[in-house]
Amino acid sequence: MNPKRKQRLYLTVFLLLVSAGVTGLLILVSGENMNMFYPPADVVAGKIPPEQKVRAGGMVLDGSVVRSETSLAVEFQLTDHKGAVFPVAYSGILPDLFREGQGILVEGEMDAQGVFQAEEVLAKHDENYMPPELLDIDMQAKPNAYKAMPSIDPRAAKGDAL
Amino acid sequence: MKLNLKLKEYWHKLGSPRWFYQITTSWVTFFGICALLLLATGLVWALAFAPADYQQGNSFRIMYVHVPAAMVAQSLYIGMGVAGFVGLVWRMKLTDVAIGACLPLGMVLTALALFTGGVWGKPTWGSWWEWDGRTVSTLVLLFLYIGIYALREAIPDRDLRARASALVSLVGTVNIPIIKYSVEWWNTLHQSASFSLTEKPAMPAEMWLPLLVMVLGFYCFAGHQVLSRMRLEVLSREATSRWVLQLLQGKSAEAGLGQSSLIDHGRD
Repeated sequence: MNPKRKQRLYLTVFLLLVSAGVTGLLILVSGENMNMFYPPADVVAGKIPPEQKVRAGGMVLDGSVVRSETSLAVEFQLTDHKGAVFPVAYSGILPDLFREGQGILVEGEMDAQGVFQAEEVLAKHDENYMPPELLDIDMQAKPNAYKAMPSIDPRAAKGDAL
Repeated sequence: MKLNLKLKEYWHKLGSPRWFYQITTSWVTFFGICALLLLATGLVWALAFAPADYQQGNSFRIMYVHVPAAMVAQSLYIGMGVAGFVGLVWRMKLTDVAIGACLPLGMVLTALALFTGGVWGKPTWGSWWEWDGRTVSTLVLLFLYIGIYALREAIPDRDLRARASALVSLVGTVNIPIIKYSVEWWNTLHQSASFSLTEKPAMPAEMWLPLLVMVLGFYCFAGHQVLSRMRLEVLSREATSRWVLQLLQGKSAEAGLGQSSLIDHGRD
């Protein structure tokens, strides 16, 4: 390799390393701010700023969903299945995938009573896909895995394609 | 030692537009036919025969376009970054041709990935758009593509344009690992990968096989598009060289057309 090219090679590699380094540091410094939501453990530990709009996420605790009979208001609890649980109140239309056991993101603020007042509820879909026929087999193998679902969405239990 | 020499020879050949044009003639046809077959099979398989998802129903089928579009969009950017690197160090003309050819398709595919993601996100998440690590880094990718496109349009001088776009392409590649690992580094709304080279897919074969066909089809389509664009650009850049004149003369003799009109079309 001739010297000029060698010099250009070093310069280019240096440039790439510097830009990668700067980006890496920026990401490192941003730290927790890059997270889209607070996990239940942080919420319970009081790590979220009070009376400020934040996002929190967790699994809907089995059997915790209470719907109002007269309005769209709904209350439920989010958990990480490791002991942290916090209550959420919401009024509005829930996403199709909202059901007990499902990963959910809520946006809103914590009120003085420790209830998360959600203005928006988003369903987090995981990376697993499955045809409904396989669900039955899976449920026999792991009877508890999806037991919460039919009570919320009867269509899924029957295996109907929506 | 012998392999070393052979590699060196290949490397030097690679920089020759004429050699590139000749060797890729059959590749373009190959990629074109493969793309056609794979995409036709994959689309019918994915949309009509693959089973619906137990939670999302039929809306999960958007994945069959969303995933390949996003994969190829990122691969094209990596291609641009590598071309930029080689172009900056070795000053090969062909690398700038490659950057110019990857650019439009990559831009469109990134936009397609974002659009299909929104269409899927509305029924699934309950929102068209959320600012999480994956979506934002993909949006940055789109802006990089648009930025380099604008840069290339704005600089009339060919050498300066080549160097500027090579530089931005190279530096922009730091975004690719961010896109890839965003779902692992941070809490994001976007799920982690269901489908990758290294791990078992998180779905049964009847769902991921059509996805694999679609991914391969998208890659072949990209190969066809990029090579075709590069060949056209090579012809127009080398329009005055003897091999192009001879090539066009041969072509025009076949088609019974005047040679001058063909050459004018070749220029930009």
